[in-house]
Amino acid sequence: MTKERNQALEIIVAEFHKKIKEAFEVFDHESNNTVDVREIGTIIRSLGCCPTEGELHDLIAEVEEEEPTGYIRFEKFLPVMTEILLERRYRPIPEDVLLRAFEVLDSAKRGFLTKDELIKYMTEEGEPFSQEEMEEMLSAAIDPESNSIHYKDYITMMVIDEN
Amino acid sequence: MGCSSSSTKTRKSETSLKAALIIQNWYRGYKARLKARQHYALTIFQSIEYADEQGQMQLSTFFSFMFENYAHVHKEELELRKQSLESEQDMRDRHDYVDLIDVPDSYNGPRLQFPLTCTDIDLLLEAFKEQQILHAHYVLEVLFETKKVLKQMPNFTHVQTSPSKELTICGDLHGKLDDLFMIFYKNGLPSENNPYVFNGDFVDRGKNSIEILMILCVSFLVYPNDLHLNRGNHEDFMMNLRYGFTKEILHKYKLHGKRILQILEELYAWLPIGTIVDNEILVIHGGISETTDLNLLHHVERNKMKSVLIPPTETNRDYDTDSKHNKVGVTFNAHGRIKTNGSPIEHLPKHEWEQIIDILWSDPRGKNGCFPNTGRGGGCYFGPDVTSKILNKYQLKMLIRSHECKPEGYEICHDGKVVTIFSASNYYEEGSNRGAYIKLCSGTAPRFFQYQVTKATCFQPLRQRVYTMESSAIKILKERVISRKSDLTRAFQLQDHRKSGKLSLSQWAFCMENILGLNLPWRSLSSNLVNIDKNGNVEYMSSFQNIHIEKPVQEAHSTLVETLYRYRSDLEIIFNAIDTDHSGLISVEEFRAMWKLFSAHYNVLIDDSQVNKLANLMDLNKDGSIDFNEFLKAFYVVHRYEDLMKPGVTNLG
Repeated sequence: MTKERNQALEIIVAEFHKKIKEAFEVFDHESNNTVDVREIGTIIRSLGCCPTEGELHDLIAEVEEEEPTGYIRFEKFLPVMTEILLERRYRPIPEDVLLRAFEVLDSAKRGFLTKDELIKYMTEEGEPFSQEEMEEMLSAAIDPESNSIHYKDYITMMVIDEN
Repeated sequence: MGCSSSSTKTRKSETSLKAALIIQNWYRGYKARLKARQHYALTIFQSIEYADEQGQMQLSTFFSFMFENYAHVHKEELELRKQSLESEQDMRDRHDYVDLIDVPDSYNGPRLQFPLTCTDIDLLLEAFKEQQILHAHYVLEVLFETKKVLKQMPNFTHVQTSPSKELTICGDLHGKLDDLFMIFYKNGLPSENNPYVFNGDFVDRGKNSIEILMILCVSFLVYPNDLHLNRGNHEDFMMNLRYGFTKEILHKYKLHGKRILQILEELYAWLPIGTIVDNEILVIHGGISETTDLNLLHHVERNKMKSVLIPPTETNRDYDTDSKHNKVGVTFNAHGRIKTNGSPIEHLPKHEWEQIIDILWSDPRGKNGCFPNTGRGGGCYFGPDVTSKILNKYQLKMLIRSHECKPEGYEICHDGKVVTIFSASNYYEEGSNRGAYIKLCSGTAPRFFQYQVTKATCFQPLRQRVYTMESSAIKILKERVISRKSDLTRAFQLQDHRKSGKLSLSQWAFCMENILGLNLPWRSLSSNLVNIDKNGNVEYMSSFQNIHIEKPVQEAHSTLVETLYRYRSDLEIIFNAIDTDHSGLISVEEFRAMWKLFSAHYNVLIDDSQVNKLANLMDLNKDGSIDFNEFLKAFYVVHRYEDLMKPGVTNLG
């Protein structure tokens, strides 16, 4: 029994390794098995995980060199990322949880948030957005006529995008 | 009262904090995945681009093979060509070229006045903005004069900068006129106080290669000491055959296009190899190798380097010393026609030819050492150690090169010693990358300026841009897939022991990578390319759905169709080479003979009888000749449900 389980695990781990390698290589511009540390967040998230900024910060500390060089080596990244995938850490946010989050912010239950309200929440609460992130989100989310975000439609659109 | 309301307030702010966190977390994940998809799309574009270049390089071995086998067959024809060529030689004199061509009164385009002045530059820019076409008379005159002046330039131009005279360096433009306009708009027109270096690859791919070349040549003629042109790997008439410039010229200049192509072939070879700035910065198009010898390169006869596809063969070296025997050599002229010249081939010695190839084709990589550039098929990959060695050897501080598209328009590597500068924004697709240029001034660090031209008046949001790129990339990739359908199907079935029609993701990825020879993130791309069932297994035949190659004739066997589709770029070049009287037609005999050679060399197993059948079917007039342009046009790929690939445009209002 254990032998079969081990074999199955080996296969899963081998697949994870290939998947991680693929995602890593796309950002390895110089083909020397390193990526810029600023791309690590993108790589981890492209593999389907959703760490918060705080969690990401800790992860980077784990994979960085003793003396940070600004680059992360694949040899250090691979085992850490494999663990994350095996343990199914940092699972993505389900659609309904996301919807409820918007509903919480929309205390008047209007079905939308005004542009100003969204900006206020995203740039002042939680792990605040940078100006660039805010502008990006607004450009796709805001309905220019009403200057508001109808979050239910927005979420539906985003979900279709991803699939 | 106070207590409960404050605790409600705290609870409320806690929940809104949590809610905000959730939304931010989710959004960052979404944005990262978009960025990753953008990178995947870029990777696809780049791999295919380089694989194509590699295919191009392999043509050179085929041509050598073809000369040895084909030339014997048509010796008499070659003799004839020799005679007509000698008169062609005379034709090259300026009088016969330019003065034979009249500019009619009805011509509304720009009229240049020689000697050229900055007024002519303005004239051209205004005219090209209005999408006018410069008359062939002026094109030829400009090219003639440019070649005359270039002949006097050394292989490397030495330039000095100063605070009042900064130097601007631009990279690949590839026929994207809007980018040149953007650069001139942001940085000013070239002049004595505003010198420029254009680091190669002005032409091919974009729609306005000839216009860019005209602007650059005219500016060069007006400011020969302040406008510097370096040769790129696309300043090569063989490359132009495949990558669009030849087509552009023949289309815009139906009457005089061939003469323009002839003089271009010579002009390219006279373009300088590079520029050296302030004795410390080397500016060349591609890169270096560990054997790069700048002293040698300063002295080579650069005009003998015709094309990357005409390497010096062993026999050529005999010719150099064997002029007494007056052997007839076989070589190419404009758009690849086989011709003879009455004299021994003018060729560079092999090691000199290789030195220039390295300069025009190499790419920097992070790994130490110097390796053959297997991606492109020419030049090498050079590591940081090679850069240090060569820069130190010649007391240089930096290498500025182009040749590779970078998302930000520029990239710095090898510890700050190598800079890549690329000036064609949206090179692969709308939104794929920025363009950039560098401003140099001795004593200060180089400054980078970025831009991106866009058709829309305002920028599309990131997701739109990513979609456009992604759809384009996937489309191109699928065309690759369909061109190898037979081989892929065989590979899939070999792995499918249970004949279930399904493979694991791993097996599918393995087959794709091996057959297509493209190093891509197949697992991440799989959802775009195949159907995956709920167990995560791939229905491999769905790799070919929604896309097929149109057959030019009903009876053509599918493997033959696939092969012809896969090699159509190569075939176009080969057909042009065979079409000695450039009529657009080749005889059925020639088609058969060429096909035999092709299949022998490329190891393509197509039945003779199938080819004969196809040849006869293509001879629609039954007059024994095939219009090869029509023949090649007949192979186009149909994407069904194309609209389904476009992103859902939603209106939130």
